[in-house]
Parts: sequence; C-alpha cells; structure tokens
Amino acid sequence: MSNKTIQAIFDDDDVLVAAVKKVRESGNHIEEVFTPFPVHGLDKAMGLKDTRLAITAFIYGVIGISFAVWMMNFMMIKDWPQDIGGKPSFSYAENMPSFIPIMFELTVFFAAHLMVITFYMRSKLWPFQTASNPDPRTTSHLFMMEVAAGDNAEAVSSLLKDAGATELNVVDKH
Amino acid sequence: MYTFSSKLKTFSIALIVLGLLGMAYGFFTVPKNTEEIETILSASSHNSHEAEAAHNEHKVASEHKAESHVSKSEEHQEHLEHVLSQYQNKPWSAFFIAAFFFFMISLLALVFYAIQWAASAGWSIVLFRVMESITAFLLPTSFFLLLFLVLSATNFNHIFVWMGEHAANDPALVEKAPWLNKTGFLFRAFLFVTGWNIFRFFLRKNSIALDTAGEMKYYKRNFNIAVGFLAFFIVTELFFVFDMTMSLDPHWFSQLYPFYVFASMMVSGITVILIVTVYLKSKGYLPNVKQSHIHDLGKFMFGFSIFWAYFFFDQFMLQWYSNQPEESVYWVPRLLGSYQLPFIGMLILNFVLPFLILISSDFKRISSIIVAAGLFIIIGHYIDIFILISPATVGDSWSFGIPELASLLFFFGLFIFVVFSALAKAPLQAKGNPLMKESEHYHYYNL
Repeated sequence: MSNKTIQAIFDDDDVLVAAVKKVRESGNHIEEVFTPFPVHGLDKAMGLKDTRLAITAFIYGVIGISFAVWMMNFMMIKDWPQDIGGKPSFSYAENMPSFIPIMFELTVFFAAHLMVITFYMRSKLWPFQTASNPDPRTTSHLFMMEVAAGDNAEAVSSLLKDAGATELNVVDKH
Repeated sequence: MYTFSSKLKTFSIALIVLGLLGMAYGFFTVPKNTEEIETILSASSHNSHEAEAAHNEHKVASEHKAESHVSKSEEHQEHLEHVLSQYQNKPWSAFFIAAFFFFMISLLALVFYAIQWAASAGWSIVLFRVMESITAFLLPTSFFLLLFLVLSATNFNHIFVWMGEHAANDPALVEKAPWLNKTGFLFRAFLFVTGWNIFRFFLRKNSIALDTAGEMKYYKRNFNIAVGFLAFFIVTELFFVFDMTMSLDPHWFSQLYPFYVFASMMVSGITVILIVTVYLKSKGYLPNVKQSHIHDLGKFMFGFSIFWAYFFFDQFMLQWYSNQPEESVYWVPRLLGSYQLPFIGMLILNFVLPFLILISSDFKRISSIIVAAGLFIIIGHYIDIFILISPATVGDSWSFGIPELASLLFFFGLFIFVVFSALAKAPLQAKGNPLMKESEHYHYYNL
C-alpha cells in the first residue's frame, strides 16, 4: 500500500466538478479539493456531509438570549432597580418590550461570533497556524484535486487526464 | 397558453354574486335609529360603557360632557347615537377593508415585479406572467377604492372622522386641515392611483411587446419604467397610507406607519404570487418553474414576515415606552380593549408561525407546507388590515359577520376572475428576455 497522492490541476470549475463526479464513480478516494473560490455543487459532488454549523448557531443563539435575560434581570431589576419609561413596576415580565432589542442583539452577537470561531476551529485555522496549501496557484486561478493513488497510479492518472486535468503531480504524503 | 376553465369561472362568478348579495344585506339591515340600537345593546351582554372610555373618538364627546354637565339621560342618548354611527359604518368599513386589502396586494405585487426588472433579476423571469396577471387586479380595485373615497367625501358614510362636521371644533384637526381636507385628499388619491395604473399599463404592454417583437428596446424601456415606478411609488405610498388608514385616527400619528403597511402588504403580495404559482403548477402549467423558484419565494415570505414584525415591534415599543396619552390612544383598543384577541392572534399568524415554519430550508421546498404557511400569512395580514381600520370606524361594535365576509368574498371572486382571465390572455412564459436562460436553469445549490 503506497502513500502516494496524485495532485491534479484544473483550470475550470465546471470541468473540476464533472471530474470529481467521474473519479468518485470509478471508486477512487478524493482526499481534498482546493479552489480559489467556493464552487456551488462541489460539496454535493464530493459527497461531503451537510454542515452542522447551523445546529451550533442555534445553540449559541439560545446561550445568547439566556445570557441577555439573566444579565438584564440582574442589572435592571435586582442589583439596581430601574424605573423604565415611567413604569416603575420593577418586574422583568412587565417591562419585556424594552428588553427585546437587547435580547435580539445578544442572540445575534453570540451566534455570529461563536459560529465564526467554531468555523475557524473546524477548519484548523487557529493562531500561528501555517498555510497547508500544497500549491499557491490554487489561491488565485487554478483548482486542485488530490486523489489517493493506491496501487494503480497509472489508471488514476489517465482517468484524470481524460477528465480534463491540465497537470498531474504524484507526491508522497507523510 | 393557459385556459380559464369554465368551472373556475363559474366559481368566481358565484363568489361575486354571493358577495354582492351579502353586501346588499349588510347595507339594508343597518340600524336606522337609536331605538334599534337600544334593542341591540340590551340583547348583547357586553358592557360597552367601560370600553367606550378607552376609545379615542370619545375624547371629543367626553370633553363636551365635562363642559356642559349633561344629565344622565342625555349622556345615554349621546352614547346611543355614537353606537348608531358605528353600526352604520359597519358595511362601509367592511367594504373598505376588503377593497384596501386587495388593492394593496395587487399594488405590492406590482412593486415586487418592478423590483425584478429594476434589479435585472435572473431567477424570476419564468414567474413574470403570474406577477403581471396579479397586477391586472390593480385597475378594478382602484375603481372600487376611489368610488368608496368619493362616496366618503360626499358624506354617504362617516368613516373618516376628519371629514365630519365635528372637525371644525377640534383644534388639532383645524391645524391639520391644510393637509386633511376633502379636495386635497381626493386629488392625491386620484393622482397616486392613476399614476400607479399608468406605470402598470406600460410595464405590461412592453412585456407583451417583448414577447412578440423580441427587440431589446422593450427590455430597456421596461427597465427604465420599473426604476421610475419604484421611485414614484416609495414617495407616494407614504402619503397614500397617511391618507387612507392613518387619517382614520386623525389625532394619532406614527412615522413608521407607511413602512409598516408596506411590509404587511409586501409579504401578502409575495404570498399571493406563490399561491397562484403553486396552483398553476398543480394544474400542470409552468413547466419551467422548479422547486428552486418556489423555495426563493418562500425565502422572501420568510424575510418579509420578519421585516413586518420588526416594524410592528419598532412602532409599538417606542410608543409603549414613551407612554404619551396621544400615542397610547391607538394601542388601548388593540392591546387592552375589544381587539385584543385578533391583535395577539395576528402576531402569531404573521410572525410566530411563518418564522417557525419557513425557517427550515427543507420545509420551503414542500409545496403543501409552504402554501399552508402562505395561508396563515394571508389570513394574518387580512386581520392586520382589519385592526388598522376597524377600531377607528366601528370601534367596539365590531364583529366578523355577513358584511365583512361578503366584501371579502366579492373581492376574492373578482380577483380570481380578473387574474385568471389575464393569465389566459398571454403565453404563461414570457419570451424575449435576455436573462430567460438563467431563469430556466436557476437552481438553488442546496436543493
């Protein structure tokens, strides 16, 4: 079992998506695809699982709204009771309308920021991380597909060539 | 080419006839004098005196009371006369609500259509004929709305308080008279409504011409007309809504109000486009309309429902917070008075249910679910318009009975008749638009 990987370069996103479908149909394993911009339909073609970021967004939103409710109840009702809009009821429920904007803002704030942080963590983009991009050209105008070569590197190479790859490199992965 | 089936035509004519009969019944059974009101009031158990104090129209009446120290029987007589005028307003108010609702739906469908042109949107072109046909309803509803306004201005009814003879005794209304007077009111209404109809006429004409001639000049012309219409609309809509519904409560004002009505009717217009599209698709028409297009309309419904809720809450919270008497007068009958149930119910139908149903991408691609959400939105925004108008015109004597239902059925029947006749007049797919291919191939990547 060799650890060889074939890096196929494409210069068109439509050709790339078609090639991804072809490679998967032939039973080869695609390790990674590098593109300079998001390509619609590529995740479906690669058979990637749906993102679970939406679920985390919901959880973070619930945390945000709970924090807002707790914070305003503590600040405005318990710690230093405030007369809100001339309605000195000192009750959270009765002054609810004036708290809704803050509840909304903190829900969005928590969901947005924690989602971005989660996305960075999942993409292994923490501080001091070095670029893991195998070819800088994929950040400007070219697309790269990494396919596990297995034992039949020849067959995979010709398959990729037929699918429209403009350049093929065989590299050793460690 | 769509053919207006005779079954649907019969159904729509039946609705129109039913509606006419019901409206006639409403107008003929109006109480004529205070004795009849007395029997109605003694038959119903609710205490209208208590709620009466909350009503803004009574402010003038109660000031009178304080000044002249009228006797108990005189006060009772005054109350009976007031309730009588509310009952006499009922069939008019019902007609006005339905006419305004359907007028604004066709107008905002036209706005949505014009936005597609002005933005050179690619995805929606396969839906253009559906949108155009809904805007065909603008002309008949304009006629009925303007007829109503003329009848109001000539004292056939007392829907607009500031048109009545009491206005001269009211300092606030005297102050507002340079704007709120019958001549100016009718002039503005005719100007705005005619202007919108002219824009609609040329948009439709060029769209048909693009079909047959296929020349790019029609495409460019429609782009320019759409931009012009949107600029004209956004200014005139403000004053139109100030005149139509905000002047019903002439002491109360809100700067956000026109945008609130805009949001309310925009989401209704988009929902009507969606429902007609899904209906046509279920009959086997519109083969190029895919689930992706339906999904996109669903996104607009979701977005504008939240947009509406945002304006609703903005308007409410600022006035609730500041707690000014002249502002809370609007909220008392709605939030605490006899309109509480439809008011809260409307919030659930217009915001909570669409939010929970349409937030899911999976639900937006199932036609039955999205149509159910659409029906919630339509019913909710009818109630919304009902609550905008009724507290000022019929006050606590409101009900949803034969006149209200009949007006709704009349305009609904007319809507089906006019819209589906317009659909049958031109091919269901607009041709000649350079972006047509993009619309046919439009695909939401996650679907």
